[in-house]
Amino acid sequence: MTREILIYAQTNREHKILNVVLELSCAAQELSKKLDNCIIAALLVTDGTNLEQNKNILKQNGFDKVYIAQNTEFKNYNTKYYSNIAINLINEINPEIVLIGATTQGRELAPVISSRLNTGLTADCTGLDISDEGKLVATRPTFGGNLMANILCKNYPQMATVRPKVLKISDYPLEKNTEFITINSDISNIEKDVEIVDFIPNIQLTDFRIDEAEIIVAGGKGMKSKEGFKLLKELADVLGGSVGASRGAVDLKLADSSIQVGQTGKTVMPKTYIACGISGAIQHTVGMSGAEKIIAINKDKNAPIFKIADVGIVGDVFEILPKLIESLKERR
Amino acid sequence: MNIAVCIKQVPDTAEIKWTENNTIDRNGLESVINPFDVYALETALRIKDKYENIRITALTMGPPQAEEIIRKAISFGVDNGFVITDKKFSGADTVATGRTIANAISKCIENVDLVICGQFATDGDTAQTGPTISTNLNYALATYVKEVLNIENGFITVKKEVEDGIETLKLKLPAVICIQKCDYEPRRPLIDGFIKAQKAEIPYYSMDDIGLEADKVGIKGSPTYVSKAFRPEQKHGGEIFENLTTQESVNKIIEALND
Repeated sequence: MTREILIYAQTNREHKILNVVLELSCAAQELSKKLDNCIIAALLVTDGTNLEQNKNILKQNGFDKVYIAQNTEFKNYNTKYYSNIAINLINEINPEIVLIGATTQGRELAPVISSRLNTGLTADCTGLDISDEGKLVATRPTFGGNLMANILCKNYPQMATVRPKVLKISDYPLEKNTEFITINSDISNIEKDVEIVDFIPNIQLTDFRIDEAEIIVAGGKGMKSKEGFKLLKELADVLGGSVGASRGAVDLKLADSSIQVGQTGKTVMPKTYIACGISGAIQHTVGMSGAEKIIAINKDKNAPIFKIADVGIVGDVFEILPKLIESLKERR
Repeated sequence: MNIAVCIKQVPDTAEIKWTENNTIDRNGLESVINPFDVYALETALRIKDKYENIRITALTMGPPQAEEIIRKAISFGVDNGFVITDKKFSGADTVATGRTIANAISKCIENVDLVICGQFATDGDTAQTGPTISTNLNYALATYVKEVLNIENGFITVKKEVEDGIETLKLKLPAVICIQKCDYEPRRPLIDGFIKAQKAEIPYYSMDDIGLEADKVGIKGSPTYVSKAFRPEQKHGGEIFENLTTQESVNKIIEALND
């Protein structure tokens, strides 16, 4: 039997394939080289919307096979339906590896599949490799990034969820002679125990998606007021980035908890993180120390944020930020 | 209605020690309730405030000293609690942990309608134990829940925060919900809660008590294992500039942005 790496081709609410699927495909090409060039397959669960476009995207991005489960019931994501489709397919094709994006959906779907198959799943990985023995080595941060662990799986398939935006998409085209296979999508005997009754798109979130932003301008208690956060928004807009906040700022109601970065908020890995008036307690830094470049502005030269900053400016955010915004606007 | 809240004791400091087997050495670490589980407890207590005849049981899996966090949960207003503890449980991954907790819930609490977990634990950060509990119990599941809106006629309605907005989901009971940070402050312990917590009897349940076998729990029952643990490279710690004029500061930042 041909060995396969199976990737869950997650789509968004408009039924478009997510970028993380393409990132996983690129990583899988590398893994495949160490696994006798095994096949890379996608599972696409669809109600038929955008089907041709999605098939084309998968064809252009390195998938040898695409398994399609189509049913009008698949208009909205449902964990029970989708996990059943995936489990039936996995039982049939016995893939070596199953990869799923570590999105809110992926992080619900993956453990349901793995626990029903009684196989191992490594959560929220930042790196994938193949060991000398041909096993998947999944690397993940634990304790808020203070420690990395390489995790292996005793059973098959070896499963992992992988953080979006961590793996790189290759620049060269990876068009394949893709085989499209329709699979059984009957879910009539499955009880639907969760129903979506409403959805409110969060305009603030869609405007600047903090999880995906390449630049984050974050504020702490030192921003003092909602007006202070308007400055951050202005700077983020000029730079094409998102606004983030520390827990201190959220607790003072200066910012919404949906943009909180840190232990009880989000873990972000932007290219640039500009920390304004953030002292840099460990609870905050565990959520952002993975940023490629950290710029910190703080009045207190002893603020712990300076210990992890690439560039630290001891100064007043209310003097520096307006001038910075002005200078950046002039340069554009 | 019976609610089970699953809580975990996590280390409070960045002082992490690993055993020779690459599992976490929890001896001597200052421990607290996992911050997300505090929101899970608050969610359960808010349901109790709103509806009649709610009984909340807090449970934890861990070493015997995890009893502390069950007492703490009782001081907040939880009715009772227990510890699932056995040397054989050590080294469990999420598959084994979810199975162990699910078995304890069905063996040790009568007719559980709702299981509430924190979305993540700050030590492991896998977010997988809650979903694994739901599959083992065959209960409906919602993760990333921000708020419980109502419970009626055998259904629970919740608000779930996802990347692009807020979904309202209706789940058939019994169900498992995983709570992320809520917009409200969790309550502080009650004064008579402290007394109740001190007096409470906290039973311990072992592997035999919850009806599992040795190959289903701990390191033996876990399909994954840690092959290597290492500290990531400390890549930061750059230049700090003091006593710059505002214009100089701005120039430095622009330079750093363009770098």
